[in-house]
Amino acid sequence: MTAFWMLAPLMVVAALGLVFLRNAVHAALCLAVVMISLAVLYAAQDAPFLFAVQIIVYTGAIMMLFLFVLMLVGVDVSDSVQETIKGQRLIATVLGLGFGIVAVLAIGQTVTAATVGLDGANSNGNTWGLAQLLFNKYVLAFEFTSALLITAALGAMVLAHKERLSKAPTQAALAAQRMRDYAESGRHPGNAPTPGVFARHNAVDTPALLPDGTPLIDSISQSIIARGQVREGYDDDLDDLLAQIEGADSDTDEEGDEK
Amino acid sequence: MTEYLTLSLILFTIGAVGVLLRRNAIVVFMCIELMLNATNLAFVSFSRQHGNLDGQVAAFFVMVVAAAEVVVGLAIIVSIYRTRRSTSIDDASLLKS
Repeated sequence: MTAFWMLAPLMVVAALGLVFLRNAVHAALCLAVVMISLAVLYAAQDAPFLFAVQIIVYTGAIMMLFLFVLMLVGVDVSDSVQETIKGQRLIATVLGLGFGIVAVLAIGQTVTAATVGLDGANSNGNTWGLAQLLFNKYVLAFEFTSALLITAALGAMVLAHKERLSKAPTQAALAAQRMRDYAESGRHPGNAPTPGVFARHNAVDTPALLPDGTPLIDSISQSIIARGQVREGYDDDLDDLLAQIEGADSDTDEEGDEK
Repeated sequence: MTEYLTLSLILFTIGAVGVLLRRNAIVVFMCIELMLNATNLAFVSFSRQHGNLDGQVAAFFVMVVAAAEVVVGLAIIVSIYRTRRSTSIDDASLLKS
């Protein structure tokens, strides 16, 4: 029972983290904690085969699949806090608490027979005992799971397969399109300048300057724009820099005088 | 025995509340996995209580079905994300109006 009392509070806290953490990746890590703790509890309950399967299948395969899809979909997709159904959050919490209290009370009041333990059933080894059941009593269900797994793999391939609706544009077509854009809307046909061209800094967060001195926002990486880390307006920047330079000049002058 | 069942129920309840509260489809999915895991714990506990391995076989089958379900479910989420650029379950309301 030592393992149980050490892990149970941890598991409950991690499960609550799964519900309340806003960041989906943090929630996934909390779920991984719960699953590994569950594996240890299986080992403590004479189920070494399930212990291995839990770690390999759940924490190894399923959690990785979750994280993989999270990365694919984009980690910055945050949960909206707005309720679409009025009072849904409150009702859900009350219902959940009610269900939990009733179920725990019911479990607490049931009379259970003494625990038999698995020493007898595991006398030839846990894996041997499970194999005996799987390939005799449950062999039909076992065969059906193979059909299920194949269907699931096929279904995932069909669902996740991206069908191309039009032909991929060739390089010649792209070049012709660029020239047409230039003729129609005056869009510059060449490459956008790299960040910092003609600007005071050459850092990636500084937009390139056009010949008339206006910053060209297209020269900055989209992700920097999304994070809001672009340096604001060239003119303000220039004033700040000027103030810095003048301040530095007066400092060095003073130091020079002292020397 | 009772302690294990109580823990299993608490985890199941937390998972159910998570399904009702969260908006991100992937997190909802993870809460469903938490509920499945909680029932597995109950299966294994009952298996030890009764002294035979049928409960462990049931937990094994739950794991297999959960793996298949996750694969298909995540594929559905990815295809929905591809058309709608969102994984919020509130946005998938095409049939509403």
